[in-house]
Amino acid sequence: MNLTLKIWRQEDSKAKGRMVDYKVTEISEHMSFLEMMDVLNEQLVNKGEDPVAFDHDCREGICGMCSMYINGEAHGPDRGVTTCQLHMRMFKDGDTITIEPFRATAFPVIKDLVVDRSSFERIQQAGGYISVNTSGNTQDANSIPISKHAADEAMDAAMCIGCGACVASCKNSSAMLFVGAKVSQYALLPQGQVEAADRVRNMVAQMDLEGFGNCTNTGACEIECPKGISLENIARMNRELMKASV
Amino acid sequence: MSGFFKSSIGRKVAMALSAFFLMFFLLQHFAINILSVFSETTFNEVSHFMGTNFLVQFVLQPVLIFGVVFHFVMGFVLEIKNKNARQIAYVKNNGAANSTWMSRNMIYSGLAILAFIVLHFIDFWFPEINTKYIQGDWTGMHDGIEGYRYFHELQEKFVNPIRVVAYVVAFIFLSLHLMHGFASAFQSVGGSTIRKKRLQSIGKAYSILIPLGFIFIALYHHFNH
Ligand code: HEM
Ligand code: SF4
Ligand code: FES
Repeated sequence: MNLTLKIWRQEDSKAKGRMVDYKVTEISEHMSFLEMMDVLNEQLVNKGEDPVAFDHDCREGICGMCSMYINGEAHGPDRGVTTCQLHMRMFKDGDTITIEPFRATAFPVIKDLVVDRSSFERIQQAGGYISVNTSGNTQDANSIPISKHAADEAMDAAMCIGCGACVASCKNSSAMLFVGAKVSQYALLPQGQVEAADRVRNMVAQMDLEGFGNCTNTGACEIECPKGISLENIARMNRELMKASV
Repeated sequence: MSGFFKSSIGRKVAMALSAFFLMFFLLQHFAINILSVFSETTFNEVSHFMGTNFLVQFVLQPVLIFGVVFHFVMGFVLEIKNKNARQIAYVKNNGAANSTWMSRNMIYSGLAILAFIVLHFIDFWFPEINTKYIQGDWTGMHDGIEGYRYFHELQEKFVNPIRVVAYVVAFIFLSLHLMHGFASAFQSVGGSTIRKKRLQSIGKAYSILIPLGFIFIALYHHFNH
């Protein structure tokens, strides 16, 4: 199929960006969205032009790098997928596709479609871990009984790949789905409960410091999240913070 | 605890608490107003009680005013913070793909309610303050009218069709505000209502029936005087 692409081009973090139109031809419907972008970039390189910078690594929905805002939605129109898992069959021959970087003050653009998501790293560093000595004498995890229900919910929360689609989709650029997932994956398990109060306090404080917006429960994050992280995790984070504050 | 209310989540909880209070107040306001449809005397008596009772006037009324002001000021504060969290807008954004119109436009439905509250104060509250606190007339009577004045004052207001239309429009916005707000408030305080069907149904019922009831009262008095 033949497509028109409208892509955000921005030289570097300081430059003023703009939308630029490109044409790509003979795109197979079996290609992933990133493969389509590769075709475009080959075309640009052959013409001696600067290829479109975009983040990617695993290309199988694990690393969470491939942030693109496609036709007004994070990771495009499909559900439960990252951009690398989005197939070109979701589009029609002759379509015009708008491609923008994830937008949030806390995710500044580095170049073109690449944004800096180290704000997520700093939130993780503020408490998204458990402090155990792993130098050889850790006890077997199976020696601590954990209910199936708690284990399942913790596992669901741990599915979060830190892609930032929740922030990008939220009208408030709120990071609460991400932070809710990271708080929940530990809060549900006995190993995590020891440091639960400090964890939620510090992670929320860091989240606020980074300039993310405030959740108003629109639910856009949950719909756009490639890993199906549910709003329940935000509610749990709210409860955890209330518990930690009294 | 003071640190809690400075955090984003604390503010969200505070917003929800003020909203719960307003939703409870709205229910009570409706319960009294609907009396005006069934019995002039009962409506007058309850109005007189509410208008002259010490507890209502000097405790509940200040709390209500604080609740309303807190809610909309906090609403504006959060709206500004949230706008700042994305300084460059998307060229193309498909909000309808993942959220309701109501949830994305709380600030506009809220502004419409605020405009209505100003009109409503000019209509009912300021004259009441004038009569009671400036003129010092706590009798609830009017010269030349037998019995309490409240019912007649109410009827008089709804003669003007422009006012009736303004009230109807305002209540439609209130309904839109609550259609998202009701369930949202429960989610904010840590409930998982977005998933729980029953609370959502109660929310839908509340957000449609209460505003519809107020519209009915306004229309009823417009056509029956
Ligand atoms: C005075 C004018 C008003 C303004 C400017 C206003 C503004 C807002 C804004 C911006 C929000 C979004 C914040 C959020 O969702 O977290 C909100 C939420 C809400 N408002 Fe209002 N509002 C007003 C009046 C009212 C009234 C009269 C009621 C009820 C009778 C009400 C009920 C709610 C509810 C239930 C929420 C959801 C709270 C939550 O999400 O935790 N609002 N309001
Ligand atoms: S919660 Fe979902 S959308 Fe947000 S960062 Fe994690 S995986 Fe991505
Ligand atoms: S490239 Fe790793 S998730 Fe898309």
